[in-house]
Amino acid sequence: MSERAFDIAAAVRAGERSARSVVDEHLAQVARVDGDVHAFLHVLGDEARAAADEIDRRVAAGEDPGPLAGVPVALKDNMCTRGIPTTCSSRILEGWRPPYDATVVDRIRAAGGIPIGKTNLDEFAMGSSTENSAFGATRNPWALDRVPGGSSGGSAAAVAAGMAPLGIGSDTGGSIRQPASLCGVVGVKPTYGRVSRYGLIAFASSLDQIGPFAGDVRDAALLLESIWGPDARDSTSIPTPPDPLVQEIDRGVEGLRVGVVGELTDVEGIDPEVRSAVEDAARLLEKAGATVDRASVPSTTYGLSAYYLIAPAEASSNLARYDGVRYGLRVDGPDVEGMNAATRAAGFGAEVKRRIMLGTYALSAGYYDAYYGKAQKVRTLIIDDFARAYERFDVLLSPTSPTTAFPIGAKTDDPLTMYLCDVCTIPVNLTGACAVSIPSGLDATGLPIGIQVMAPALGEAPMFRAAKALEDGFAFAATPALAGGAS
Amino acid sequence: MAPRITGDDVRHVAKLARLRIDDAEVDQFAGQLAAILDHAADIEALDIDDVPPTSHPVPFDNVLRADESGPCLDRDEVLAQAPHVEDGRFRVPRILDEAQ
Repeated sequence: MSERAFDIAAAVRAGERSARSVVDEHLAQVARVDGDVHAFLHVLGDEARAAADEIDRRVAAGEDPGPLAGVPVALKDNMCTRGIPTTCSSRILEGWRPPYDATVVDRIRAAGGIPIGKTNLDEFAMGSSTENSAFGATRNPWALDRVPGGSSGGSAAAVAAGMAPLGIGSDTGGSIRQPASLCGVVGVKPTYGRVSRYGLIAFASSLDQIGPFAGDVRDAALLLESIWGPDARDSTSIPTPPDPLVQEIDRGVEGLRVGVVGELTDVEGIDPEVRSAVEDAARLLEKAGATVDRASVPSTTYGLSAYYLIAPAEASSNLARYDGVRYGLRVDGPDVEGMNAATRAAGFGAEVKRRIMLGTYALSAGYYDAYYGKAQKVRTLIIDDFARAYERFDVLLSPTSPTTAFPIGAKTDDPLTMYLCDVCTIPVNLTGACAVSIPSGLDATGLPIGIQVMAPALGEAPMFRAAKALEDGFAFAATPALAGGAS
Repeated sequence: MAPRITGDDVRHVAKLARLRIDDAEVDQFAGQLAAILDHAADIEALDIDDVPPTSHPVPFDNVLRADESGPCLDRDEVLAQAPHVEDGRFRVPRILDEAQ
């Protein structure tokens, strides 16, 4: 398995291979390994086969189904799919069937892609390990006693295990990049506003952004190109159509100015092997013609504190809608307020409650200025610091995660320890810019290491060029044993 | 020094957030929220009164569309997902007392 989407789509469009056989092979891989991995909450077997047959009919009729023709795509279960259960891994939405499709789902289908299932996540995307799911944890395909990262751990694991060539995640503080790093795949957090959030169930609206998982950089560009662009149904989507991306990625890094961010590389608790992989990345880019220097973004050291006030504040507001009235769970109470409170107590898990409480506190009278207000000012400092760094550099490098995949259960008792997983990824969300995680290799215990390439808002083209140069340089080709590859 | 978050604070916030919590959760949240806010002490200490706040990463204009009717969600499909429905509407518990 672990085939490239690019090759599948080319073969299907040329009529050399049926979409149905592609879907059947991937469904067989799901049946073979997902009992162990638990990447999927809901497998769309019948729907995917029917969609594949339709693609094949169109190819036979001389039509072109599009750039993702016949490619199975794993969807994080916080994207709405009409008539198909969408849970956010929460009891409060168990059994809910949305009355509409997310824009990203429409666009995948319009490009010929085939949703193959809904993947596990930390409840409402709050977490870094995919352990905070009401429906059980996902396991890392490289080592089943390890977490896949999170919150988009299901989509990352599905791609790593060869169950889908492509996956979709959402990234609020690192929820695409960190699981991509821990699962040894490519994960992209595009510029805020690049991909429509219509139909993405909101966590923190000023930070949330949808993006791709893929087995390599070109596949990630192919999927991003298929889903991004303006959408009248999302008032925060960037109104300018983006330039084509896939054709950019092989243009090389000659003259590209690369900065290694000291504050995000010398973080507390960084694994020495991760640290040295960042140095390797810098050397590879230099060898490929880039100029490399040290970069400093001092205020990023406050990113974690600002994020864990801003994101819960926005979440506490967004999650007010789960009130037992219009959809999802209802637990009866003596009056409306009692019904709301009983429903939310029964429907939300511990981490979601904790963040709602934290956010409500940070926004409450008497504390607003000290917490939420202060965090918003820190956000300005971080944006200004990055802007200064990007006067000298085109792209910036850091680790994606300070460590490789940690054992299941290792951080579940201490929320703050779990939050520290996102220390390298959070600053990018606060600024609205873009970043990608690409695998550099395996550590001594055989677990993948990820490198983060960051670029300013709308800087996807140079970011992908650097990512492609790193991919070529690292030549990382291993896949987990259960994906059928050599590890 | 007084604890950063008291049990009464937790109960007050839970009421604002419409979350029913038990006594064990009160103690648990008091400790965990205090630990998280202690970590945020680094930004509390910053002297940045003059820095403008950022609520949103990219400036954007209000987006308006033409005031024309168009297709919308199907009412029956939407109501089919509600926990309680009556006469084509969402049903909720009593809001006003009989006397009001």
